[in-house]
Amino acid sequence: MSILEVSGLHRHFPIRNIWGRRTGWLRALDGVSFGIAKGEILGVVGESGCGKSTLGKTIAGIHTPSGGRVDFEGNEIATLTPSAGRALRRNLQYCYQDPGASLDPRWKIGRSLEEPLIVHTDMPKAERMERVQATLRAVGLPERHLDLYPHEISGGQQRRVGLARILMLRPSLVILDEPTSGLDVSVQAVVLNLLLELRQEFDLTYMFISHDLSVVRLFCQRIAVMYLGRVVEIGTTEDVFAAPAHPYTRSLLSAVPIIGGRRIVDTFALEGEPPSPGAIPSGCRFRTRCSFADAKCAAEDPADRVLADGRLVACHYAEKLETSA
Amino acid sequence: MKTFRRLLRDRALVIGVTLVTLLVLAAIFAAPLSNFPSHVTGFDPSQRLKPPGETFWLGTDRMGADIYSRLLFGARLTILISVTATAVAVLIGVPIGLLAGYYERWFSDLLMRVSDVFLAVPQIVLAIAIAQTLGPAIQNVILALSATYWPFWARLVYAETRSLRNEVFIEAAVAMGASPLRIMVLHVVPSIASSIIVRTTIGMGATILAAASLGFLGLGAPPPTPEWGRMIAESREFLPQAWWYATAPGIAILLVVMGFNLLGDGLRDVLDPRIRRGS
Amino acid sequence: MADFLDVRDLSVGFVTENGTARVLDHVSFSMRQGEIMGLVGESGCGKTTLARAILGVLPDNAEIGSGTMGFDGADLLARDTSDLRGRLITFIPQDPFGSFSPLFTVGDQIGELMRWKSPERMPGERRYAASRRRADHARVLAALRDVQLPDAERLLRKYPHELSGGQRQRVMIAMALLPEPKLVIADEPTTALDVTIQAQILKLLRRLASERNASVLFTTHDLGTAWEICDRVTVMYAGQEAETAEVGDFFARPRHPYTGMLLASLPTQGAALRGIPGDVPSPFTPPPGCRFHPRCPRATELCRQTHNETAEPAPGHHVRCHHPQVWPAS
Repeated sequence: MSILEVSGLHRHFPIRNIWGRRTGWLRALDGVSFGIAKGEILGVVGESGCGKSTLGKTIAGIHTPSGGRVDFEGNEIATLTPSAGRALRRNLQYCYQDPGASLDPRWKIGRSLEEPLIVHTDMPKAERMERVQATLRAVGLPERHLDLYPHEISGGQQRRVGLARILMLRPSLVILDEPTSGLDVSVQAVVLNLLLELRQEFDLTYMFISHDLSVVRLFCQRIAVMYLGRVVEIGTTEDVFAAPAHPYTRSLLSAVPIIGGRRIVDTFALEGEPPSPGAIPSGCRFRTRCSFADAKCAAEDPADRVLADGRLVACHYAEKLETSA
Repeated sequence: MKTFRRLLRDRALVIGVTLVTLLVLAAIFAAPLSNFPSHVTGFDPSQRLKPPGETFWLGTDRMGADIYSRLLFGARLTILISVTATAVAVLIGVPIGLLAGYYERWFSDLLMRVSDVFLAVPQIVLAIAIAQTLGPAIQNVILALSATYWPFWARLVYAETRSLRNEVFIEAAVAMGASPLRIMVLHVVPSIASSIIVRTTIGMGATILAAASLGFLGLGAPPPTPEWGRMIAESREFLPQAWWYATAPGIAILLVVMGFNLLGDGLRDVLDPRIRRGS
Repeated sequence: MADFLDVRDLSVGFVTENGTARVLDHVSFSMRQGEIMGLVGESGCGKTTLARAILGVLPDNAEIGSGTMGFDGADLLARDTSDLRGRLITFIPQDPFGSFSPLFTVGDQIGELMRWKSPERMPGERRYAASRRRADHARVLAALRDVQLPDAERLLRKYPHELSGGQRQRVMIAMALLPEPKLVIADEPTTALDVTIQAQILKLLRRLASERNASVLFTTHDLGTAWEICDRVTVMYAGQEAETAEVGDFFARPRHPYTGMLLASLPTQGAALRGIPGDVPSPFTPPPGCRFHPRCPRATELCRQTHNETAEPAPGHHVRCHHPQVWPAS
């Protein structure tokens, strides 16, 4: 059962020159479509400029889309105004890369945790405090933290408080934006384990946005690869990692270090840099760097093709490349 | 306790607090402290223009009234005018700044341009124009001052709100579904409170000076109200012989304005952790 | 074979109002000519401080408690190293953007480098002769081509903010190699880059280093990058060097418990997520003896009390541990 369905989501920014005249469009999201099933962990990967962060924020309602549909728990939420969407979005929470930064430094932690309940529910004070305490326990923090300010606890503990705040409304879907970026490897493991525990306890579905492919491989069941505002490949993690179908996915995976395995310094082959999202190439957006590109690729933007194992790939020659790999 | 100790170390702050406290005490205890409370309205022509001495500590004015006593009662007026004018200016300026800064729509620009217009005109000139039109009365002085000073707060709050808008915790509050009003009042205002407080204390000094100027020009309360500015105006024709006549209220204004400025400076250093002078 | 870079028993502390932070504790570390040495560790382990000590740019409040640093025969600690810096020892920073001045073009900034640090410059030379200027310019263009930056002349006229992160880092590499250094210190040069750009840069760096026979000291917190580019790897923990070995040996047969646990905590297919329990000790109050003992499953009384010396359980494989033993494969 699908908890989230995104169809043709667009978010375009006008690019203006100094006179205020529009000279083009920055297509941060350019027709994104995918679905997330209840209880699953979907990884969204891509490099800078691919739009994965914008995707997360647009679904969460922080940004307004320029077009497309977002269906969450059966309700269309993309086109709603912030206030109308608020009620429907209760069950959809967005977690920042540094959840501790989402806390108001002048508010005590207890108050920050209570706030979602005050805004969204009419729970009486006693009930609110009960839930605050229960959630704080669930993230492994002591009750005395309720009376402290964020700067009085460590960064790791702030992160847990930030997570607790997201969970206060018992959401069904949580969008995690780069939850392990910048963390030391040993801390990363702790955070990921915590996320798994919380998923168990609160029956959560995760959309895991990250640029770290090794973490995504371990943590996510399905993976969507994004390039310049579009999903170019989506399928189970196992399938995609074992035999990437889209040329970009191949290059991306071949760039990831494998300890004890082949060395990229010997094998890596992708040249050049991704074009700017303000000047996306015509036809297939990856064609400027793709070794298989031809005239058709320059003329036509590929539609999603379904492969044998159920994957969706946005490439004209997906099946041919798959068999030749 | 540690904060208090730190506060004490800042000499400017200590002087500022002392002066402001003296002003407040003078106002509250004007009656018991003054020697001739009746001289606020009454007068004694036989004693006019006497230099400072035993009976009249700061001399007498042209009506024979004790300057010292009038000064003390004038303190009440000073506080009344400046506190009220500043309060009204804050109550107008802060919400305007919040709205303009929080929303990035057409009215943000409009509000800021309006405040720019007010700021473009020299404050005193504007205050004079308003006070003249409305006539000499204390309320009109207060009105004139609030009308000319609210843009300072609006601008400050606008700038701070604008930059705060990009902070993660504000965006997180928006994402969480808090209403803009809630965010403005419970998140933005507490974060910018220290800037507002500092600006307000310094603003008080400016307001007092402006009020005295208006009084000097005869635009304040009518005589015989013991307004400090008016006292200086009255003294003009008797200078330089009756030097005490202008000196006393002049120094009073100086000390009070300086006091508020030092208080504001000191508070800024204490409240803004980034500008911490070496201890 | 004499070591090209030989750091022995180096201790560095930072004096602050909260006490002295003992950031490096009797560190011994060496490099051979022409090799790429990886210096890995998590935040706070001291790798950046070690790199800076070698370069000679420690902050004012740094105190060198003990040790010697031999570089190509000379003792770096005994003298002012400003003549070596930027010439025989160069530096590639983590954040290329912050290292460029936003006010001058790329060409101006490389030009300034060549004015003072070009290999053609005679020591004590005061005038910048036109002939040398021309020769330097040719070198710069060749260098930019080497780092695969197209249209070098046009690029020199651009400002740093007009280049992408990958392009800036390539310029940095070019600048680090132009003076024909013997040692290049690269401080987390690919951390801020996307993974495909990182792959390109690593490949480039390795090729250029081997072509010019330059040694590279490559610091990183990402073990994957160390695997990719390094010949030997040293891992640091809390100001002590825990283990040094050939890259293959390091990853396949780690002998220090920290190395073993660190490798085990890397996300790999099929393995359960494992962290290292406990926290990194504060450099102000480091634990006595071996600094890892509070978190080490093999710790004994000896570890708690006695300063850990470096052992060499296998040729070329140095471990600073009382009980070095190959970490059980998971």
